[in-house]
Amino acid sequence: MLSYFIRRLLAAIPVMLVVALSVFLLLRLAPGDPAVIIAGDMASPSQVASIRSALGLDQPLHTQFFIWIGNMLQGDFGTSLISQTSVLSMITQRLEPTISLALAAIVFTVLIAVPLGVVAAWRQGSWIDNLVMSVSVVGFSVPVFVIGYILIQVFAIELGWLPVQGYRSLDNGFGEFASRLVLPALTLSSVYIALIARMTRASMLEVLKEDYIRTARAKGLGERLVLFRHALRNAGVPILTVIGTGFALMVSGVVVTESVFNIPGLGRLIIDAVLARDYPVIQAIILLTAGLYVLINLLIDLSYAITDPRIRY
Amino acid sequence: MHTLMTTSRFSKTAMLTAFGMAGTLSFSSPAQADTTVSAVMHSALRALDPVSSSATIARNHGYMIYDTLLGLDANLNPQPQMADWEVSDDGLTYTFTLRDGLTWHNDTPVTAADCIASLKRWGAFDPGGMLIFDHLESLTELDDQRFELTLSSPLGDVIGLLSKPSAVAAFMMPEAVASVEPGQPLPNQIGSGPFRFMGDAFQPGVKAVYERFEGYAPRDEPPSGTAGSKEVYVDRVEWIHMPDVQTMVNAINSGDIDYIERTPFDLLPLLENNPDIHAEVLDPLGMQTLARMNFLHPPFDDVRIRRAALLAISQEDVMAALVGDPRFYETCASVFGCNTPLSTETGGESLLASGDLEQARALLEEAGYDQTPVVLLQPSDVATLTPPPLVVAQALRGAGFNVELRQMDWQTLVSQRASRAPSSEGGWDMIFTNFGVDSIWSPSINPLLIGTGEEESWFGWPTDPEMEELRAEYAMAQGNEQRQALADAVQAHAMEQGTVIPLGQFQNVVSWRDELSDVVEGPVPVFWGMQKAD
Repeated sequence: MLSYFIRRLLAAIPVMLVVALSVFLLLRLAPGDPAVIIAGDMASPSQVASIRSALGLDQPLHTQFFIWIGNMLQGDFGTSLISQTSVLSMITQRLEPTISLALAAIVFTVLIAVPLGVVAAWRQGSWIDNLVMSVSVVGFSVPVFVIGYILIQVFAIELGWLPVQGYRSLDNGFGEFASRLVLPALTLSSVYIALIARMTRASMLEVLKEDYIRTARAKGLGERLVLFRHALRNAGVPILTVIGTGFALMVSGVVVTESVFNIPGLGRLIIDAVLARDYPVIQAIILLTAGLYVLINLLIDLSYAITDPRIRY
Repeated sequence: MHTLMTTSRFSKTAMLTAFGMAGTLSFSSPAQADTTVSAVMHSALRALDPVSSSATIARNHGYMIYDTLLGLDANLNPQPQMADWEVSDDGLTYTFTLRDGLTWHNDTPVTAADCIASLKRWGAFDPGGMLIFDHLESLTELDDQRFELTLSSPLGDVIGLLSKPSAVAAFMMPEAVASVEPGQPLPNQIGSGPFRFMGDAFQPGVKAVYERFEGYAPRDEPPSGTAGSKEVYVDRVEWIHMPDVQTMVNAINSGDIDYIERTPFDLLPLLENNPDIHAEVLDPLGMQTLARMNFLHPPFDDVRIRRAALLAISQEDVMAALVGDPRFYETCASVFGCNTPLSTETGGESLLASGDLEQARALLEEAGYDQTPVVLLQPSDVATLTPPPLVVAQALRGAGFNVELRQMDWQTLVSQRASRAPSSEGGWDMIFTNFGVDSIWSPSINPLLIGTGEEESWFGWPTDPEMEELRAEYAMAQGNEQRQALADAVQAHAMEQGTVIPLGQFQNVVSWRDELSDVVEGPVPVFWGMQKAD
């Protein structure tokens, strides 16, 4: 397994290089000029030109690329063109809210969606099955921001149980931290609950028809044991895949949820950076996101061996 | 009230228990200063150099941590701030004397050398500063507290230029900071203003934190605009950026935040119904929304066609679409904005009526307009800039123009705006923006009136020697009567040439919770003078 792990990591290097080159070129091809943004609306063309020169944006493209990639290889992510602060510190500041939100949403998703999917498959065609499927259609169909506003109106404004917006780090106490995560995590998880409940149901339906399930029941095993130990474990591979990629998607940016709940996460950072044409920030986040996808895909592949003993690397 | 709070807390705990979290709950508040004002500003603070950037949010940041030699009171009159001044009889020498007790945030004294370096930096970037430095003979340190600015030729508006808050105010910085080239990062955020910038808590695009500067020595006069006392009564101010306007309104209604700098007009009723919230106009001058034509290429290189465009437009239609609520806008055809000392609306009569389509069509015919498409750039993501292009496009079509509306995000637009190519090759013919009236109220400071062509003119790049002559005369004018006469001439000439099309004036509504009081009026949102009840 170790050699497989190392091979996969080595294979990621050309992927990352292609991503780096593509994002660098695409950003330069796109219209927009950070110097104009820094100078502001009332600046004259000569003022904009002097800022562009000070930022090094008047240098040839290949020079800019090699400076950037050389610094990246030394762990220097550069400095934001707009705020003149370290890109790495900007990303670090934004990682905690995003990871917290993604983890909370994944916990809600798994705790709610997997049991719902199992029960729906177990009672296929019953009212429970119909209810789960109907709710999942709603989860897919209603935009995330609508769900967010409804939750805010009910739980924050009408009932006053939870805060309207914002993020507090764990340093401020677990209560502050958790209370501000509940609504955004529920909002964000709504679509994943729908997706994973359906996925779990479909996988379980297939597995429940297998001979070994009939054998387990014939041996007299309890239904809970049959469902969760024998059936769910075998149905787990596609569910794990969806959960893993879902987590990567959440970490790489959940802009709408972050905006509705005013959470200063990576999603908002990249949108702000794109709107401001803050090249070093955009490049670093996209590279990090690509790396995260590579890593999570690798971890998902490795986890298959845990859920399915037939898979060996 | 007590019962409600108890119920609310119980419910919160019950809710979290349901999610298996209650066992480890501790509802401790974050460590905060005694009185913290949470303010949602109109834009996120990212760039921290208020001299390199003419962005309004950078200017507002500048007023928090830096001070200025002179201030501008709520009636647009210059007042002493860091310094008093004397003018020689020939009007060529200005002597500035710093008042006692001025210190930087690192507790070193403010000196004349710091101020000279700051003025040089400002003079290299701000159009008003450039004007002074074009007439400068010398800038000399007399002693630690006094310096002398000597002009080579008379310039009538020196004091006005030094006190103006826009586009770039003449902020005073320590000499080491002021020596940094514009565009290069500042080594620190040390100023001598009433607040200290908390760099560790700064999250670009999210939050900026300021704490009261205990060493600040305020003036004795009451606060007015950017002049008078800047005594701070709160311990800490947090500027928060909220990208979602509904979230912003929910947050002030629920007490999560204390202050919104620009309340969205469409959501104002949600706040006006809340007795705990004040919603008021603090800057009666507000902003002018305007259109600018490209002088470099057909069809707007022809003055008759520019005039036709101006004649086609009705300000009332634009403002109704942009603001809607007539309490917060007025029609105003003055290139200096209305309610300002130099305001005059000569030549803009059609803008105040419903346009003059008949005359516009006649001018187009006379000019032989050949249906060359007129490209209007419309930003899709700035609420206060999206409606005017739509209304103007319709008005121009009514006059017989062939109009092409190009929609794009603001940052793409500001980039495309810099293109001097014809609109058929990626350029543009008409753009739209909003300027604070405090930044356009005289011929010296209004950047739209500069007529030096591609060299220094604002986008659209008019070459207009006559306008430049009028501006130069204004700069040297002595006395209000002469200045007003020249301002009238500038207004008439601008309307004849279609230098700029004023589309109306609107006021921003500031909202704050009852806990705040003594919020200072003026064109700049300031946090000194403000008090917050426990």
